[in-house]
Amino acid sequence: MEHNKKQHQLLSRIATNDGHGENSPYFDGWKAYDSDPYHPTNNPNGVIQMGLAENQLSFDLIQEWVVKNPTASICTAEGVSDFKDIAIFQDYHGLPKFRQAVARFMEKVRGDKVSFDPDRIVMSGGATGAQETLAYCLADPGEAFLVPTPYYPAFDRDLRWRTGVQLLPIVCESSNDFKLTREAMETAYDKAQESNIRVKGLLLNNPSNPLGTVMDRETLQEAANFITEKNIHLVCDEIYAATVFSQPGFISIAEIVQESSMKINPELVHIVYSLSKDLGFPGFRVGILYSYNDSVVNCARKMSSFGLVSTQTQQLIATMLSDEIFVEKFIAESSERLSKRYNYFTRGLSQVGIGSLNSNAGLYFWMDLRRLLKEQTTDGEMELWRVIINEVKLNVSSGSSFHCSEPGWFRVCFANMNDETVRVALRRIRNFVLQDKSAAKKQCRRRSKLEISLSFRRRDDIIMGNVMSPHSPMSSPLVQ
Amino acid sequence: MMKGLNKQEQLLSRIATNDGHGENSPYFDGWKAYDSDPFHPTNNQTGVIQMGLAENKLCFDLIQEWVTNHPTASICTPEGANDFRDIAIFQDYHGLKEFRQAVARFMEKVRGDKISFDPDRIVMSGGATGAHESLAFCLADPGDVFLVPTPYYPGFDRDLRWRTGVQLLPVVCESSNDFRLTREALETAFEEAQAANIRVKGLLLNNPSNPLGTVMSRETLLEAVDFINEKNIHLICDEIYAATVFSQPGFISIAEIVSENPKCNLDLIHIVYSLSKDLGFPGFRVGIIYSYNDAVVSCARKMSSFGLVSTQTQHLIASMLSDDIFVEKFLAESSDRLAKRHEIFTRGLSQVGIGSLKSSAGLYCWMDLRRMLKEATFEGEMELWRMIIHEVKLNVSPGSSFHCSEPGWFRVCFANMDDETVKIALRRIRNFVLQSKAGSAKKLCRRRSNLEVSLSFRRLDEIMMGNMMSPHSPMSSPLVQARN
Repeated sequence: MEHNKKQHQLLSRIATNDGHGENSPYFDGWKAYDSDPYHPTNNPNGVIQMGLAENQLSFDLIQEWVVKNPTASICTAEGVSDFKDIAIFQDYHGLPKFRQAVARFMEKVRGDKVSFDPDRIVMSGGATGAQETLAYCLADPGEAFLVPTPYYPAFDRDLRWRTGVQLLPIVCESSNDFKLTREAMETAYDKAQESNIRVKGLLLNNPSNPLGTVMDRETLQEAANFITEKNIHLVCDEIYAATVFSQPGFISIAEIVQESSMKINPELVHIVYSLSKDLGFPGFRVGILYSYNDSVVNCARKMSSFGLVSTQTQQLIATMLSDEIFVEKFIAESSERLSKRYNYFTRGLSQVGIGSLNSNAGLYFWMDLRRLLKEQTTDGEMELWRVIINEVKLNVSSGSSFHCSEPGWFRVCFANMNDETVRVALRRIRNFVLQDKSAAKKQCRRRSKLEISLSFRRRDDIIMGNVMSPHSPMSSPLVQ
Repeated sequence: MMKGLNKQEQLLSRIATNDGHGENSPYFDGWKAYDSDPFHPTNNQTGVIQMGLAENKLCFDLIQEWVTNHPTASICTPEGANDFRDIAIFQDYHGLKEFRQAVARFMEKVRGDKISFDPDRIVMSGGATGAHESLAFCLADPGDVFLVPTPYYPGFDRDLRWRTGVQLLPVVCESSNDFRLTREALETAFEEAQAANIRVKGLLLNNPSNPLGTVMSRETLLEAVDFINEKNIHLICDEIYAATVFSQPGFISIAEIVSENPKCNLDLIHIVYSLSKDLGFPGFRVGIIYSYNDAVVSCARKMSSFGLVSTQTQHLIASMLSDDIFVEKFLAESSDRLAKRHEIFTRGLSQVGIGSLKSSAGLYCWMDLRRMLKEATFEGEMELWRMIIHEVKLNVSPGSSFHCSEPGWFRVCFANMDDETVKIALRRIRNFVLQSKAGSAKKLCRRRSNLEVSLSFRRLDEIMMGNMMSPHSPMSSPLVQARN
């Protein structure tokens, strides 16, 4: 205790607060997985990891391409003469061909409906770094971004921890499939005003994590109108853009900007991107910040010194993504495999009466287990969650970890495992549900009505930062 | 125009609209001159030679040979592609175990195996740039201060201050004792901070020194350790040039000092490292924080999410640096080539009466041109500098950009060019000096004022100006030219 107190004085406030978000009850899931990880032969009764949004479905295509394209590497016989120039290059503009290839890839992912200027492409330490950098560029400590719930928990760390910026939720509800509404935005904005908090921007994640849905044109236009009216920034995290696997298609904010240049102020629009989800390369730390605002490009570029992409990786990505034939084939094939996975899971679940939000993107689906809650409360959800972890032995993510306003929803990742494991996982859920049904009949009469949860979480709840860091110790089998 | 500017200022943050990035600096003239007229041995023989970038290009042949002979170090070769998926998907901020082990082992070798490093204390960062910023975030609150001996690397101003709100206060070192750090200077700086009601949280040392190229003696290191223990403040040692030591006196790491001094509070000791200078890999962004403080390791590791090393690169480095035989050969050869380069350069300078600070490390030398100043002032230094850029056509870095308290010193990098270019650079310097001697020196002799011993404590706002040359900014790479 004495030592801790001394540490507190020795270190900064940032180092001794909980802003990193890892002191969270949600670590139980990771711990359960870590101490008993599923393995098809060595540990068939272990916990299956379904809490990590990774895309492992198309590495065969990548590997094939890599072996056929040795000049993409500075380590092959064909590429090693570039080693010296690549290793020494530290310009924060990045390799021109890297920026061009990324811009081109982003265009392709959007069906060539928009064009991206390679000179607006800025590197960052993953999307993690991009979010933090934007917060630093656009807001001062104490100022706030609005963000629709449910949302990716690590936004709490990325946008707030070291910056001192706040995140205020815009509550979205299942009654309209969690769609973002003008009223909800206005409500959140007004509440901020009342608390004397200056709102600097709106943060959207489209396609959504954890919902897996895409925003329709009307909603995007509403958001665009809202931010233009209030003269606040619009940060669109489009990290799941190429994980769209069915209709409705993806509409990027870039499309809105290009179409309605009169109605939306482009200087307010910024896109966050990364290759972690679409390609499955989280280890490569390829974060991208794209801004229509020259000053932001300029400032973010200077800040990128704190998180540039390794030139070795820039070279690989530049070569890979400028292979247009490969890129088209990859996007199509990846989309198809995601679609199959999604259908297999959701169909299998609906056969036992488990619904999920109708979605068409992402590496997960948003499972509806409200029926199975003993109580329609957050505690009820946590209790069910622990049962799923410890008895069903699946590490899924509870809705409350995403700041969902209604209990009973769970995010289930499906793209980070092979087909056999998928079958095992589905079998386990079905068994659990069928067992529970027979128990549930007895409880039917006792069950209370669905609580309409709070529409504005207490500020200290938010500050708690229920965060699951994708980079923390528990999240990778390779730490074993 | 003003209205538009104000609108931006309202739209963006204070951090985005201040000068904390340090690039609005007069020192860009040198970069611009180089950029618009870069030397090329055949295409542009009269162009400006780049001597302002501390890069190590002397041993890429050894690297290239190793890489070719070790295809499993890559995830792109037929031999290594099976690892591609596991490496690409791995995002744990502990980093690949083999990476941490190889880096720890390399750091030990560089220090002559006199100490050992625990791989579990190795934390990644976005280059040394990211390491410094993370440490500032971990150890200090906005408004707190780190002391740093002058002259120092200008990038510190941005790295430790820009987004953190932490301050840097100089500890003035003087040529009279070869710019060595003294207890008195430390005390003076500390007291001035106290007097200004600023809380000192740490001392930042760069050993071997940029821009001096000197290593710290055992006595000086012990003084520093005594000082920080007494004041209960942190000690950050940036040892980024550890393996660029090419002659005696040898390098003594802070790790050695703490291993020999059990009374030192280990919770105060932190090392910054990188592969940018020792190996010549600035593009790979391999920054390392090594802390003896568990809480700092833990916190810095969480912060490393903002600047992890690409696993593709971790994998390559892990293989390369665990090849003990290669590492030993490389370190010896690199050291040898640096020694030769340094020798050729400094001898060429002394032949025309130009001295430089006696140094045993680094990728540059600290050239003494005080004799050549028209006035022994910083204006005089800038005037001489512009002449060197525009007439001698060498981009060197003036001492004032490193916050040197005395005008007339220039850092000249020599490891980023081939032998032929070195000869040309020397020839130009010699010609310039001989012309200067013949022409004006005689007249100036009488007028020259005494060497000003500059202020011992710069005005805070000058410090805030951040006279900085970013190694990452547009002007610093010939490859940016390729785009045009």
